[in-house]
Amino acid sequence: MTQPILRVSNLTKTFTMHLQNGLHMPVMNDVAFEVFNGECVVLAGPSGVGKSTLLKLIYGNYSADMGDIELRVGDEFINLVDADPRLILDIRRTKIGYVSQFLSAIPRVSALDLVAEVAQNWGHEEAKSLEKAQTMLARLNIPERLWHLPPATFSGGEQQRVNIARGFMGEHEMLLLDEPTASLDAINRKVVLSMIEEKKQAGAAMLGIFHDAETRNAVADREIDVTSFAVAA
Amino acid sequence: MSLAEISTEQDAYNFAYLDEQTKRMIRRAILKGIAIPGYQVPFAAREMPMPYGWGTGGVQVTASILGPDDTLKVIDQGSDDTTNAVAIRNFFAVTSGVEMTMKTSEASVIQTRHRIPEEELTEDQTLIYQVPIPEPLRFLEPRETETRKMHALSEYGLMHVKLYEDIATHGHIATTYAYPVMVEGRYVMDPSPTPKFDNPKMHKNRALQLFGAGREKRIYALPPFTDVVSLDFEDHPFQIQEWPDTCCAMCGAKDVYFDEVILDNEGSRMFVCSDSDYCETRQADGHYGEMHAEYKERIQ
Amino acid sequence: MSFQDVKPLLKVEELSHYYGQQLGCRDINFELYPGEVLAIVGESGSGKSTLLNCLSTQINPTMGKAYYRFADGRVENLYEMSEADQRTLLRTDWGFVHQHPRDGLRMGVSAGANVGERLMALGHRHYDNLRSTAIDWLSRVEIDADRVDDAPRTFSGGMQQRLQIARNLVTNPRLVFMDEPTGGLDVSVQARLLDLIRKLVSDLGLSIIIVTHDLAVARLLSHRIMVMKGGEVIEQGLTDQVLDDPHQAYTQLLVSSILQVGT
Repeated sequence: MTQPILRVSNLTKTFTMHLQNGLHMPVMNDVAFEVFNGECVVLAGPSGVGKSTLLKLIYGNYSADMGDIELRVGDEFINLVDADPRLILDIRRTKIGYVSQFLSAIPRVSALDLVAEVAQNWGHEEAKSLEKAQTMLARLNIPERLWHLPPATFSGGEQQRVNIARGFMGEHEMLLLDEPTASLDAINRKVVLSMIEEKKQAGAAMLGIFHDAETRNAVADREIDVTSFAVAA
Repeated sequence: MSLAEISTEQDAYNFAYLDEQTKRMIRRAILKGIAIPGYQVPFAAREMPMPYGWGTGGVQVTASILGPDDTLKVIDQGSDDTTNAVAIRNFFAVTSGVEMTMKTSEASVIQTRHRIPEEELTEDQTLIYQVPIPEPLRFLEPRETETRKMHALSEYGLMHVKLYEDIATHGHIATTYAYPVMVEGRYVMDPSPTPKFDNPKMHKNRALQLFGAGREKRIYALPPFTDVVSLDFEDHPFQIQEWPDTCCAMCGAKDVYFDEVILDNEGSRMFVCSDSDYCETRQADGHYGEMHAEYKERIQ
Repeated sequence: MSFQDVKPLLKVEELSHYYGQQLGCRDINFELYPGEVLAIVGESGSGKSTLLNCLSTQINPTMGKAYYRFADGRVENLYEMSEADQRTLLRTDWGFVHQHPRDGLRMGVSAGANVGERLMALGHRHYDNLRSTAIDWLSRVEIDADRVDDAPRTFSGGMQQRLQIARNLVTNPRLVFMDEPTGGLDVSVQARLLDLIRKLVSDLGLSIIIVTHDLAVARLLSHRIMVMKGGEVIEQGLTDQVLDDPHQAYTQLLVSSILQVGT
């Protein structure tokens, strides 16, 4: 029996808003699911139900109140809840990638360098990294004249594609996709779909949010309804 | 009753002006300085009957080590008859009554500002320097607490910063006097304001060398045969001033420290020994420079 | 080698400092690993500068220990070292970048001499080599080689800060302390300095402890963050976690006080 790459159990998250008189906002309760290599699992449910929050919990961007988020490394499971920050950073470097709809890259670095940096972090030579980055940017239809500019000045769609290029340039075994295709045109959406398919073939596991039903149907092997974990307001 | 009869002035002064308690205090500082060559020993400098900058530090050191049997020579810029030298000599003539000399070889104690005599000193002699600013690190580090710590811990990178800056600005080490030296591989010392020409003479000198700074209240010392090495860079080694192809116009000496003398409004000039005793001794021994005859004629 | 095999560069245990009866900082515990950038944030009087001064041995704390691992593997409690060893450490294996360049530079001597000072203190005695090393470092901090003989007082604020960094890095330190290094600079100058620091950190694998009240600086540079208030660390963790999911009321206040730019 194959082991999942990600195993979430009993996960609970509440926000406490001290600036609103200590308002408690329970978001989710008793979250439990598994994700396996080579599949793309889609988180479903209306907006505001906590899909992005769940991805951020897994990525370590938010901290959980209780429960376990276990990642399989070889034959062992590592719990990411309350993990040492260095462990989280190491996992982000080597295991879990995150592609969001917003560019959160370092300002004032050119698009090409941003993407090549990822390849370099994965152990490719500088020249090879630049070559891979160029291929990736070209594939995502980012005009060559923009490659040497920092993405801060790009259009929303272009920024998003730089971000996707960064996300897919890595060789993470687990990818978290937070609406990577939102606001992409049909051509680029297709490119991303084929990139997701390639990752799947390579054995990566993906957990994603896709609002657009057509895309969702195209990539999803399985859906998890987050509504079932949501705490009734 | 005459004025001389009621005056007890001579008795009012202690020998060599300072009272014995003060001398003991200063001698202790001197002994400590000798024990730790190059280390600046703080001492309770007294007010002297002359302004700061006129050698009050050197005078206090001299007053403290002078005995009735000593013979004193006082020089300023190498010369025995400049104002500062004459004033200090008169001071000790009145307050101590010791024998005075202008001859380097006859003196047991020599107080100097700027120069070290050209004639080699012996182990029976003591050379006392008047020092205006004893702290070599002061140029770059104004805090006394910090410079003391730097001396204590031998943190002397700053001295080379100063020399580096010289080369960066002038293309060579332009410091010509108060040129910093390393004493016995331990303390960096300021020989101020001696010209760097004399730095090599401090090294392994047979005489005891004492330094007194009155305003700054510091005494330091080089016991006989102390290692004194001028700081430098490998690619900019220490060099003394040179006057190529120059001889003393009076005594014909070479390889000495020269004073340049302007002779007239047309800018004619001559170079003469800065050390007046050395020059006169050579002349007495029959060494003559090219202007010697003319000069002798003129003063007759 | 897995990150778990890496030993901490600095390990701080129960460190407290009082100025007489007045609390400076209390009960600080953390570890810093090689290549890690730790940001200490908090408002004036929160104790962050006191902590930085304790860590860099400029103050001996009232209580506590800080173990430093030297390049040769030797580990020593900083506060049991002699002052001579502390000072040697501070100008060889460590760096300290002050908020005000005048505190970290010799304003009266040339840029070259400023960069060369640490090397001269280590016994380097070759002028031409010192000068070319200085020029090399000036170029690495984006200062033109022809400014090498100019005094820092003729430099702009941003250049002075970059010179201060070069002056510190010339001995290849493993740990650099920074006290509000971008404070008092124009926004565009700040941005350039931050880019430079970020690049140097990744190129040289430096460990940095940076004190700042600017959360944007902390987010851009640091891996981990410690939030201080009233002399104590009230929240610490992964930088993006603390800033995106702050738990303490004070941290939430700090985060909510940042102007939202862009996203």
